[in-house]
Amino acid sequence: MKTFQYEIKDELGIHARPAGQLVKLLKQYASSVTIAKGDKKVDAIRLMAVMGLGVKQGDVVTIEVDGADEKYACEAVEKFFQENL
Amino acid sequence: MRTQHGKSVYKGIAIGKISIYKNGQQVVKRRHVEDVEAEIKRFEEARDQAVEELGKLYEKALSEVGEANAAIFEVHQMMLEDLDYEESIVNIIRNQELNAEYAVASTGENFSEMFASMDDDYMKGRAADVKDVSERLVRVLSGVQEDKMNAEEPVIVVADDLAPSETIQLDKSKVLAFITRHGSVNSHTAILARMMNIPALIGVDYEQDWDGAMAVVDGFQGMVYVEPTREVLEEKRRIQEEEKEKERLLQNLKGEENITLDGRKINLYANIGNVSDLGAVLQNDAGGIGLFRSEFLYLERNTYPTEEEQFQVYKRVAETMGGKKVIIRTLDIGADKQVDYFNMEKEENPALGYRAIRICLDRVDIFKTQLRALYRASMFGNISIMFPMIISVDEVKKIKEIIKEVKDELKQAQVPFKEVELGIMIETPAAVMVSDLLAKEVDFFSVGTNDLTQYTLAIDRQNPLLDHLYQPDHPAIMRMLQMIAENGHKGGCWVGICGELAANLDLTEEFLRMGYDELSVSPTFILPLRQKVRESKAFVDA
Repeated sequence: MKTFQYEIKDELGIHARPAGQLVKLLKQYASSVTIAKGDKKVDAIRLMAVMGLGVKQGDVVTIEVDGADEKYACEAVEKFFQENL
Repeated sequence: MRTQHGKSVYKGIAIGKISIYKNGQQVVKRRHVEDVEAEIKRFEEARDQAVEELGKLYEKALSEVGEANAAIFEVHQMMLEDLDYEESIVNIIRNQELNAEYAVASTGENFSEMFASMDDDYMKGRAADVKDVSERLVRVLSGVQEDKMNAEEPVIVVADDLAPSETIQLDKSKVLAFITRHGSVNSHTAILARMMNIPALIGVDYEQDWDGAMAVVDGFQGMVYVEPTREVLEEKRRIQEEEKEKERLLQNLKGEENITLDGRKINLYANIGNVSDLGAVLQNDAGGIGLFRSEFLYLERNTYPTEEEQFQVYKRVAETMGGKKVIIRTLDIGADKQVDYFNMEKEENPALGYRAIRICLDRVDIFKTQLRALYRASMFGNISIMFPMIISVDEVKKIKEIIKEVKDELKQAQVPFKEVELGIMIETPAAVMVSDLLAKEVDFFSVGTNDLTQYTLAIDRQNPLLDHLYQPDHPAIMRMLQMIAENGHKGGCWVGICGELAANLDLTEEFLRMGYDELSVSPTFILPLRQKVRESKAFVDA
């Protein structure tokens, strides 16, 4: 399992559009990915659940990637966060 | 005649019949089903059809309101395909043996409530999206046709509120104006009204019996006149004609050159203060961005913006503008702006204080971060960099040394970048007086007339007692402008004006004669200014 933490820079937080783009991205990988804020953790491929976390600018989220292609998936997800959030 | 007040979200006058739009909320019946698997299949097919419909709406929105506003339909598609949403619907059908319509409606309600109860205005707004997609799904399931407005002639659309999918589906040739009871200045309806250039009012307390009545919508004054008197009708019709004529003349100018009667061309660029202004820049056919104020990146936040954040913004602006020039001004912040994390001391005279390039040359790390982001973004379009508040050649030399360091560091890290044009704001009397020397150091000048006037006339613009003395076209300023243009050209620079004075149509001809190569104004001034240029002569008759 791979994991990283990220502080959200986007002024709207994790809003609908990047959450949707993330879902699209994750469909390319076999690994399962979760996003956690505080003690709430959700499956990143579930759009409404991710939006339901209510992650705002300045919040720090923990991302966990687990699966056969976790190395590549984790790199892609980290890059996605840096570029879009 | 009945009159009703509302908040105008877009100007203009519309005259026509009212059509009250009936939102397609359907009564969903709760029904027991025997064959749950068949019902689940029915749901899945309806969902696929709804997703397909949304794909078409996305395409339609893309061409009508642009990518950023169309993206909502992609999100709608994903909401429909969301696993939690699907599981909830399937569970209700399977475990409670209930019909798909009911399962969708109640799931939609639950999710919409979840968003509505969130402690975040943006997320609260998403409740409407969940409702919108669920209603679409219910409609597909019950086999009801879309398009609830089938007016013969164009009408004034009146509704409680319009969902994005509803506004985009309306036949635009049949809409004269929008009136809604709810909605906000930034709602989809408002955006669409601006794009379509038709009046729109929100917060209007309308009555059901308005349906079919003749009315006038005045977007200038935020008024609706139902069954107007003849005087009102004639008065509004006259204003409408005048506006149409003005608008027609301006729209004709899109794609036209900024050229005087005697053949001199000038660049007309736009001043913007945020990425959100880009739409207006494109709509008004600006030839480029003459002043992109980068301050918004620093304001209203708690820490310095990172290089990556800045890079994303500059890249987006450069890409959106295609190959057109984008002049980005580096940080212009002083003690008068609220940026706590800069930890600046309160000053007696912030206008004469520690600000803009003075901060950048003192706290080089902040400056370098911005320069690195700018150079990295240079690969994605036609970026130029401009420095504010210059008073000496020495400052420019220091800036160039720092730029050299930044470029060397990028090269070492093998980060690609392009050479960009470097320019300075001429906004201090000192810069004017040494403009001949400054011209040898840079590629262009842009005159910031607001500060230049304040510093030259020794007038604090914030002091209302001095308003009568503040004369932006004071002979002292006009002489300076002449001198700047001459010295700039002699030193091989192109010269422009980006202060408020640039938009003063009474002076356009004078600026052309002085030889200015560029005027940069608010996006909405571009077309009026183009019109003025095309009626002007740049050379004095012999």
